[in-house]
Amino acid sequence: MSIKVLAIDDSRTIRGLMKKVMEDAGFICACAVDGEDGMARFAEEAPDVVITDINMPKLDGYGVIRSIRGGTVNRTVPILVLTTESADHLKARARDAGATGWIVKPFEDEVIVSIVRRITGARV
Amino acid sequence: MQAEVQNAASGVEFVSFFAGGQSFSINITDVREIRRWSPVTPLPNAPREVLGVMNLRGSVIPIYDLAARFGLQPTPESPRNVIVVAMHDEQTVGLLVEAVSEILSVQRAQIQDTPDIRSDNARKSITGVITIEQGMTRVIDLGAVIQTFAKTAA
Amino acid sequence: MGSLNTIRDTFFEECEDLLAALSEGLAAMLGGMLESETVNAVFRAVHSIKGGAGAFALADLVTFAHRFETVLDAVRGGRLDADADLLHILQRSADHLTDLVEAARNSEPADPDASARFLANLEACLADGGIADTAPDQEFSFAAVTLDFALLEPADSDHPTQHQFDIRFAPRAGLFANGHDPALLIATLAEFGSLQTTLDLSRLPDWGTFDLETPFLDWNIRLTTSASETSLHEVFDFVDGLCELEIRPVPEPVLEPQPDFELETNVPASLKSQAAPKADPLDPAADARAANPTLRVALERVDRLINAVGELIINQAMVAQRIQDTALAADADILAHVDDYRLLARDLQEAVMAIRAQPVKPLFQRMSRIVREAADATGKQVQFVTVGEATEVDKTLIERLADPLTHMIRNSVDHGLETPEVRLAAGKEACGTVRLSAAHRSGSVILSIRDDGAGLNRPRILETARRKGLIAADLDLADAEIDALLFLPGFSTAASVSNLSGRGVGLDVVRNAVTSLGGRVSITSIPGKGTEFTLTLPLTLAVMDGMVISVAGQTLVIPTISVLETIRPAPSDLHRVGTDEVLLRIRGQFIPTIDVARCLGFTATEDSGQPLLLIVETENQTQCALMVNAVHDQRQVVIKGLETNYGAVNGVSAATVLGDGRIALILDPDAIAAPRAAPFAVNAPHFPKFEGASHAG
Repeated sequence: MSIKVLAIDDSRTIRGLMKKVMEDAGFICACAVDGEDGMARFAEEAPDVVITDINMPKLDGYGVIRSIRGGTVNRTVPILVLTTESADHLKARARDAGATGWIVKPFEDEVIVSIVRRITGARV
Repeated sequence: MQAEVQNAASGVEFVSFFAGGQSFSINITDVREIRRWSPVTPLPNAPREVLGVMNLRGSVIPIYDLAARFGLQPTPESPRNVIVVAMHDEQTVGLLVEAVSEILSVQRAQIQDTPDIRSDNARKSITGVITIEQGMTRVIDLGAVIQTFAKTAA
Repeated sequence: MGSLNTIRDTFFEECEDLLAALSEGLAAMLGGMLESETVNAVFRAVHSIKGGAGAFALADLVTFAHRFETVLDAVRGGRLDADADLLHILQRSADHLTDLVEAARNSEPADPDASARFLANLEACLADGGIADTAPDQEFSFAAVTLDFALLEPADSDHPTQHQFDIRFAPRAGLFANGHDPALLIATLAEFGSLQTTLDLSRLPDWGTFDLETPFLDWNIRLTTSASETSLHEVFDFVDGLCELEIRPVPEPVLEPQPDFELETNVPASLKSQAAPKADPLDPAADARAANPTLRVALERVDRLINAVGELIINQAMVAQRIQDTALAADADILAHVDDYRLLARDLQEAVMAIRAQPVKPLFQRMSRIVREAADATGKQVQFVTVGEATEVDKTLIERLADPLTHMIRNSVDHGLETPEVRLAAGKEACGTVRLSAAHRSGSVILSIRDDGAGLNRPRILETARRKGLIAADLDLADAEIDALLFLPGFSTAASVSNLSGRGVGLDVVRNAVTSLGGRVSITSIPGKGTEFTLTLPLTLAVMDGMVISVAGQTLVIPTISVLETIRPAPSDLHRVGTDEVLLRIRGQFIPTIDVARCLGFTATEDSGQPLLLIVETENQTQCALMVNAVHDQRQVVIKGLETNYGAVNGVSAATVLGDGRIALILDPDAIAAPRAAPFAVNAPHFPKFEGASHAG
């Protein structure tokens, strides 16, 4: 069965890019437009991995992580955050919030695909 | 023992030494180390109180004759001469003195205002006096001493 | 969604929406609505534009959006006050952002001047709030240095060397909670080579106290791979702090990759099938990384390394000195070894200095703002041109050049360029040009600042110098020598102290700054056409080739690069002129001689025989002969500045430590050779400060 990715980002450009990259790599990709929408889609879709932006309206990336980790269903799902810098303090903050890993924007296709593969164990 | 504990709260410590036959003191927090005299490389066209530069573990520091600085007789060569290495802001300098006397622990109240001193340079560089057994020691403002070096020939 | 082009179109459509939201948001803020949601929405709009722009590599847009975003981040974080002034700047910046998006959409180049101006405005806002910004790609102000790994490790070839590593991976609390699976991490390791894994069950408690969500299993892994230790660490990047990790290279001769592996306990079937025995090439992502591997290193570590190498060079000189002094010198072998040592130390030094080399571009960009400010302040029109921004120069050099460059550029705009009216009357364009360039040339960095202004007013310079007693009244000087007078201390021809460069800080301060870096500065000018400052700086900052000489019993060092030749003159070659001057006749020409001892105020203690003459070329291409007592040898010396603890000294550029631990002063031949009214006056150190010069930064 194919790996399912849930991409949460308020920029439709990023959602479009993410969907394209994931689908080209053989994954299934669902999208959400902000944190709140993201949590709703998370419950419906039960993804194998969540990729979320940080700065979003309604519920931001950290809020998404907290909701998932503090929830009851699928709470150890791998979550990757999209960051704009690779600064150590941002990484630490993401990790402390419960993120599994991070991807620096702008992301390179091969890098994001390989991280998703590694973290889900997928060999599509 | 008790005195030390008392001083720790409101006291200041100084290193006092002799230069030109008189006693001076520097706040201990400014003093980095005390070294024996070692040969100094003279600087071109330097005023007489600037003896030259010395190698301090790879850094180049200037050596000033403190006595000459205060208008006293230049310090004569002697095996007891020492260099007081002091630091102010980012600058490290060496002061040639005749001998180091002691560490003084005093209360701030014991530092009295400087009596009238004629020399301009000296007045700017002395912040106070402290009564000691042997008489009186003048407290030096290191920053002022270094600066007035600079302004002498301006 | 489909193709990339469609997504690109989507991006620009989205930008329209975002720019509209941005404009609305800023208008609302101006109207007094400063709730966090409004401010956050404004921030997000710019943030999203930047994110998308990055994905399509629209560099100009990214750079500007990044700075804009930083300011907005500071506003939403309460670090900057969103007063009316700031909001107006933000609105104009939003306008400019719109222009940039439009330009990117049409694949046209953006207006660099406008961008630079708005970037500068935004930077000013940050500076006012005491906030530092990092550049999006270069991270110039970031306290880390990127090390090009390719320098230090040979690239993998068809037959990569296999190494062995012992890896202890012990997951701790939080690893599971964060969504990690040890099996998958180990599987990733398996892609790097072949594994032998041993499970460690020592921490496994009995069932009564067993907690499903806490890791209790540890693994000891022996990995045979051609990958670097760094790539292995990268596998565990995400779990840093969530596990105990040890990766140790096994110091053994290279083994053949194990054809098989053994797991000693039950392992999930999924892992078994994945960890198949292959000494395969690295996974594709690692390859992408390995193509240009870099390392982030804290700056203090690099500085420590550089200092250590500097001390190594001094040590080498000391060893060489000792060997020279002993009878061992007769043994040719040891001399060859000592020389090898010297060359090795120098190679090491060059490699280490290359680590700190950075492009001058950010420095040049700062200068463009200086030009704009200067132009505004003086009412002149100036175009700023830069050449060679990618030229790399030691990081320390870049920092210490900022003030002198600022000063020279202000000088060019203030005194060099004419007002638009004067220019037009002279048949020039109203807008003057200041050109800043950097290039490498035979082991040096050449920086030049050129303006197309009126050139130097030589009669006035000469008159001022005479009036101030800086030169003898009847001294006849060539044009180049007159130009060089500007570098004398106490010189300033500004009729009125202008807002900028006339604060009493002369070009002598610039010159001191440059010579303390081991460099030289010169000036050339063509009346009516313009003026050019040229700075020559050593690539290797801290070390210099020097000749060790004796003057009046003092040991000094003179830069080898300055010395053209050494001669021992016959008495008939020396001709006395007037009371003081002695001329040397050489190859049919007469050149002046300079008594270095007298210059420096040293009195000769004994007569050391006939003097030696060192012919030096001064910065204005004339020659003169420096009179010294002896020349000892030539060696590499480590430059130690005098500025920190003392100040500038006339005639001396810096100091060095000799083999016996004593300090030797490094002469400044240009200063000694320059024409002067009298020998250097008795001077105390002065501490020149560039007042107001570091405003941009």
